Amino acid sequence: MTAYVIRRLLQAALVLFVMSLLVFFGVYLIGDPVEIFVAADADQVERARAIAALGLDKPIWEQYTSFVQGALGGDFGRSFVFGLPAVTLILQRLPATLELAFAAVFLTVVIGLPLGLWAGLRPDGFAGRTILAGSILGFSLPTFWVGIMLILVFAVQLGWLPSNGRGPVAEFLGIKSSLFTVDGWRHLILPAINLALLNIALMIRLVRAGVREVLPLDYIRFARAKGLSWGRIVGVHVMKNIMLPVVTVLGLELGAVIAFAVVTESIFNWPGMGKLIIDSIQRLDRPVVVAYLMVTVAIVIFINLVVDVVYSLLDPRIRLKDLDH
Amino acid sequence: MTLVVEDLQTQFPTRAGLIRAVDGVSLQVGPGEILGLVGESGSGKSITGFSILGLIDPPGRIAGGRVLFQGRDLVGLPEEELRRLRGARIAMVFQDPMMTLNPVLRIDTQMIEAVLAHEDAGREAARARARDALARVGIPSPDERLLAYPHQFSGGMRQRVAIAIALLHKPQLIIADEPTTALDVTIQGQILFEMRKLARESGTALIWISHDLAVVSGLADRIAVMYAGRIVESGPARAVLAAPLHPYTRGLLDSLPRGAGRGQRLVAIPGMAPSLGRLPPGCAFAPRCSRATAACEAMPALAEAGADRAVRCIHPLGDAA
Ligand SMILES: Nc1ncnc2c1ncn2[C@@H]1O[C@H](COP(=O)(O)OP(=O)(O)O)[C@@H](O)[C@H]1O
Ligand SMILES: [Mg+2]
Repeated sequence: MTAYVIRRLLQAALVLFVMSLLVFFGVYLIGDPVEIFVAADADQVERARAIAALGLDKPIWEQYTSFVQGALGGDFGRSFVFGLPAVTLILQRLPATLELAFAAVFLTVVIGLPLGLWAGLRPDGFAGRTILAGSILGFSLPTFWVGIMLILVFAVQLGWLPSNGRGPVAEFLGIKSSLFTVDGWRHLILPAINLALLNIALMIRLVRAGVREVLPLDYIRFARAKGLSWGRIVGVHVMKNIMLPVVTVLGLELGAVIAFAVVTESIFNWPGMGKLIIDSIQRLDRPVVVAYLMVTVAIVIFINLVVDVVYSLLDPRIRLKDLDH
Repeated sequence: MTLVVEDLQTQFPTRAGLIRAVDGVSLQVGPGEILGLVGESGSGKSITGFSILGLIDPPGRIAGGRVLFQGRDLVGLPEEELRRLRGARIAMVFQDPMMTLNPVLRIDTQMIEAVLAHEDAGREAARARARDALARVGIPSPDERLLAYPHQFSGGMRQRVAIAIALLHKPQLIIADEPTTALDVTIQGQILFEMRKLARESGTALIWISHDLAVVSGLADRIAVMYAGRIVESGPARAVLAAPLHPYTRGLLDSLPRGAGRGQRLVAIPGMAPSLGRLPPGCAFAPRCSRATAACEAMPALAEAGADRAVRCIHPLGDAA
């Protein structure tokens, strides 16, 4: 297991390196930040000084090597816009995004799992069919449209929930989060639902399919022949066998939400990383864009690693080295 | 009698029409007795076993007949009452040991839950019971093996685990559905020997299902031969094997290496087992039978034929002799 984890970490380092190359030169190609940061009427001297201050006077490969040197020490450069270290900016925004991600994952589990189970156990019943039809809807409605509808109905029409920004933050056990205030939750609900919807639909589909696949198998019939209660058969024998797809969805969701909550964060004006990256791309704030992508890639790689380890814990037949490809 | 099955009908509605997987099966087995239920694959043996336990999943259903277990009819019994019988009073060992154990649960989990499903024993007591049951079926170092997962066992060992689970509650009836088919010959012999000992010693009634007459011939007290969902011949094992009455039983015997005399050629039954969706109106075996006549187009009844024997045939063997 240790060897496996080490190999995965080395792979991760390679991926990060390739990412840094692509992103660094990619952003360089998109446009010249100088045009944005230096006033149009600035004279040549002022212009040269501004360029030198941003480190943009050196050749691109030299900029890159000094970036790599800094990055190895945890320094991804300073934001052209805010003048703050890019990492600091991102870490400031990370908690808000994590809140959103975990709330969405939580909703996916508490809504998607039971509905999926029901639909799998009673596929021909009215409820089972309705759940399935609902999941199709969840797949086909675009996120931004659902977000706008949620705002229109629950914020504008009914006025039940706020639709803009993050609630107040409280500190608990040394962690600062809006999860610890009631108003924080009120702010969180709509964007979390918006983010979770697709994943709830996915979860319903996967759990339903898993249940329907497992139920006719011999070992379920044998469990019944042992005289086990239906509750134990579903709760233990079926559930443990459908946990793999469930964990897969949750891992993917967590990664995707952290990395790409852009649409939802924009619609709900949620001060997370997604909003930061959109703003930074528009302003060609290269250090922030690069640092953001490095951080999210690292997070996604880490989540995948955790998912793989959980796999091997859930299913004794899976050994970690088999997951390596 | 421990179990008396009367005119059991188990049917599956399918797109191709109604499948009568079990069509009027009657059989009985008493304490300490071993009944061999024999027939080609697809003849309805497993479905008969599942029907006795009430394990037919919709849309399949038991459409008629009675399953009298110690005098009580199990057909239509509420699920909870069936659950209390399953595993405790009637146990079943399945055909494919590779599929009967849940792959993601440890052996101890799967055995302890089987104990606790019927008894308020503590976890530790249940574990001790599981341990003893494993030792009884000849699994070495049972304490360690309890902590293993099914994939760490060979097929033979898994079947032993399944048998150990069946023995946990000292049931009055065990239905063993081809439990040795997937195993090699030595292990097969051991398991047969142990099951026989068990039936004799504890007075357990045993229904031994097999497609292989050779396996059953060394084990069973009585034999019932199934064909296309029906019993075609039944009687004491010795008598049936020595002088089969139904041409199908004869065919099964002749296709056995042991049944044929020295130097004789093995004779396979011509043709194939019929599909249950398209059975001929009369005797289902007639299309493959060398003795068939026009009279066989009417369904023959299962008729008494001498001492404790019955046969479903218009032209039984021995008549012509
Ligand atoms: N769920 C089902 N739906 C339709 N037909 C079934 C079903 N289960 C079993 N059958 C039919 O019942 C017949 C008997 O099956 P089975 O009892 O498993 O045979 P075997 O004697 O080999 O154990 C098979 O031919 C199969 O076509
Ligand atoms: Mg079978």
